[in-house]
Amino acid sequence: MKKQKLILIGNGMAGVRTLEELLKLVPEKYDITVFGAEPYGNYNRILLSPVLAGEKTIDEIMINSEAWYAENNIALLKGNTVTRIDRVERTVHAADGTARGYDRVILATGSSPFVIPVSGNTLPGVITFRDIHDVDFMLATSTKYKNAIVIGGGLLGLEAANGLMKQGMHVTVVHLLDCLMERQLDKTAADLLRISLEQRGMKFLMQEQTEAILGDTRVTGVRFKSGKEVMADLVVMAVGIRPNMELAKQSGLYCERGVVTNDTMQTYDPRIYAVGECVQHRGMSYGLVAPLFEQAKVCANHLAEYGIARYEGSVTSTKLKVTGIDLFSAGNYLGNDKTEDLVYKDSSQNVYKKLVIKNNKIEGAVLFGDTVDGSWYFQLMRDQTDISGIRGNLLFGQAHIGDSGRGGLSNTASLPDTAEICGCNGVCKGTIVKTIMEKGLFTLDEVRAHTKASSSCGSCTGLVEDLLASTVGADYTQTGKKPVCPCTEYTHEVIRKSIVERSLKNMNDIRHLFEWKTTDGCHICRPALNYYLICAWPNEYKDDAQSRFINERAHANIQKDGTYSVIPRIWGGVTNPAELRAIADVADKYKVRTLKITGGQRIDLLGIRKEDLPSVWGDLSKAGFVSGHAYGKALRTVKTCVGSEWCRFGVQDSTKMGIDLEKMSWGAWTPHKFKMAVSGCPRNCAEATIKDFGVVAVDSGWELHVGGNGGVKIRATDLLCKVTTDEEVKEYCAAFMQLYREDARYLERTAPWIERVGLAYVKEKIVADPVGRKKLAQRFLDSQIHAQVDPWAAIANAKDQREFMPIKQIDMSTAQTAGEI
Amino acid sequence: MDWIQVGLLEDIPILGARVVKSDHGDIAVFRNTENRVFALLDRCPHKGGPLSQGIVYDRRVSCPLHNWVISLESGEATGPDSGCTNYFPVRISDNMIYLSLEKSGSHSADKIRNET
Repeated sequence: MKKQKLILIGNGMAGVRTLEELLKLVPEKYDITVFGAEPYGNYNRILLSPVLAGEKTIDEIMINSEAWYAENNIALLKGNTVTRIDRVERTVHAADGTARGYDRVILATGSSPFVIPVSGNTLPGVITFRDIHDVDFMLATSTKYKNAIVIGGGLLGLEAANGLMKQGMHVTVVHLLDCLMERQLDKTAADLLRISLEQRGMKFLMQEQTEAILGDTRVTGVRFKSGKEVMADLVVMAVGIRPNMELAKQSGLYCERGVVTNDTMQTYDPRIYAVGECVQHRGMSYGLVAPLFEQAKVCANHLAEYGIARYEGSVTSTKLKVTGIDLFSAGNYLGNDKTEDLVYKDSSQNVYKKLVIKNNKIEGAVLFGDTVDGSWYFQLMRDQTDISGIRGNLLFGQAHIGDSGRGGLSNTASLPDTAEICGCNGVCKGTIVKTIMEKGLFTLDEVRAHTKASSSCGSCTGLVEDLLASTVGADYTQTGKKPVCPCTEYTHEVIRKSIVERSLKNMNDIRHLFEWKTTDGCHICRPALNYYLICAWPNEYKDDAQSRFINERAHANIQKDGTYSVIPRIWGGVTNPAELRAIADVADKYKVRTLKITGGQRIDLLGIRKEDLPSVWGDLSKAGFVSGHAYGKALRTVKTCVGSEWCRFGVQDSTKMGIDLEKMSWGAWTPHKFKMAVSGCPRNCAEATIKDFGVVAVDSGWELHVGGNGGVKIRATDLLCKVTTDEEVKEYCAAFMQLYREDARYLERTAPWIERVGLAYVKEKIVADPVGRKKLAQRFLDSQIHAQVDPWAAIANAKDQREFMPIKQIDMSTAQTAGEI
Repeated sequence: MDWIQVGLLEDIPILGARVVKSDHGDIAVFRNTENRVFALLDRCPHKGGPLSQGIVYDRRVSCPLHNWVISLESGEATGPDSGCTNYFPVRISDNMIYLSLEKSGSHSADKIRNET
């Protein structure tokens, strides 16, 4: 197939990132030409401030060398400005007369600094802060001159002022308003910032408007509307940027304050895309790096003709890159009459934190002096996490919200190198940091692959992300939305929603629609998709055994030596002599090495060879046993105490309730294992308050508890509600299980799921909405019709037991050989 | 080279595996979506897990014990893990799978042969 011609206009971060994303998807689809006005390769414009402050060099901020363009067969025409796009002839014309035809164009012309229209603004010594040339000029000026004025007290202006001060100049910042960085800070934070900067020697002229730049042959000063005049040898204008849209306008593309694009980053001419600072999308233009990269990803996806990604705008956060001053801002930081503020202020320590809350969710944040928790608040904000449970301690930060079920997140920066981060794999902080630096790791998956940290139970994922963020610095953006696995870019939520909405009924259709990079998927996504399909289409989807982890495929738990353990279901933990005799007979017959009473009130037969499994099950079936599903992401066990039948304290028949619940729910597949318990009185001998669904009898009925966990991170349950009748217990239980089945991500236990969606959400669905609850419960019971087929009996009676038997026993003395074939 | 009949292609599910018992130890025989068949010693180089019980995709299998990913073609661990199990040549003729135990692709295989 003939390659299509793609032209990128603008050799900046957004445009080149689009090419990188595109090359990852379809490396051979396009012949690519890049026009760049600047005479350099592509560099990280965000890091110009550290260069000015002498903390980084130009070489350190280059992103793509010229060799990169050559390696990827990209024609780079640098120092060459595009003057015209002929959309009829589909040709791009450059200033030096070059003309190139195109099939598609990416406009990434960026933005220009705004120059204030006052007299003297073209005098030598008056400059903006935008590119390498500006930085070079400022550095040169600082060696010869003393006094600098920076007009504009925004992010860029303050960074420029700080850099010039570091180079030894006397710097005065002039600002039109009484509040610095008013697009990121409220008045309190802005004042704290101004005071901190003043202590470092920076001067401020607030609420002053520039009237004229003074000087004859070069700048000598600035005069303000108030009449005040200030001497200056250098004037830096940092009052804002405006999208570069002249080229787009001339070419007849619709522009407002920027080049207007749709959600696939196309302009009004669908052959012409636009990304980056020149864009106006849904009324917004962005000057921060994260949104530009999100746009790049969407644009590349569309250019690759995958055509499913959409850009829906970005939630942004800002950090000021002035060493020694910690400042963080995100979202709606001012608040309004519908929001509430949580404020912490300690003037003597120069710490100020404000969170803007709406409906128990974070809407915005401003942090000054202590920004350790900035990324955490930002995460909570992007995930729209319900904070009602941690509201009281929220302002004190992640380290103060208790440990239970939150994966032990804490302030990683202050941990010693020997601190163990990943308990499962025994990986300490020093190892992770060293590996990140030596191997140049950039993503969580890479860290997992190289160090194994966070690759098992995942409870340390937050810590590892923190380490990654603190080690690679501002370049690492935390993944708010995590894809299912490296085979795809899409999240569990997006895929699950489509399965139902688009009636996707097999894995191939899902993989096709969501652009899987692999044909067969992998050991992470296949079990997840298999579960989602079973959950969505219980009576239609045929379970795919090859997408099951071995335990679920063999209906027994694999052990370290490759043998299996077998746990028959013992309803509610209540057994009888006949059952015990049958288990003893099986243990004798198959020479079971270990018999173990489990924590779930059952009996485990360990060391069974795979080929014996079907006959072991056959014998157990004859005695009336069914599979205990101790091997599955499924309903495990219902633990009970003896309750009112025997116990002098018992107030309800907890054993019967346990057995009823187990009979109702056994066989159900769930996102992760699901455990229940029923206690006959509030003494709670069945430990119901660390189970996924726990029932505790009280005099007047039953308390229902949800989201407990006794494993890696212990978490006590939340009280869902109190009910009076046995029938209600069953209905609430079925509804809760179904909500969990339909809502949680695969391999997410109820504890982290509830922490993510909030108890209020669960209560709203289960307690506050009787109609919805009944529907959920009914869906659960309907799917149980197909789920409650005992897999053990089915296999023991089946003709085909090839899964369990060797297909061949080769005995070299009698082997049937065919010689050369 | 002697080729030993071990079974029909249909005996192995697509993206699945079956075990062949031999004097060399258990051998895992895999089939992928391209209908290609591969044979590896049924021992993960990590902790000896039975690779025949893992999830198969592409030309790889994930060990059921600790998710090491092993190449079906070379028996080598992929990604950052390192280690190797030996593989055995496979041929298919008229839907019949043949295995050769004579020549396998790893040093450890030679060692095993010398010991047996």
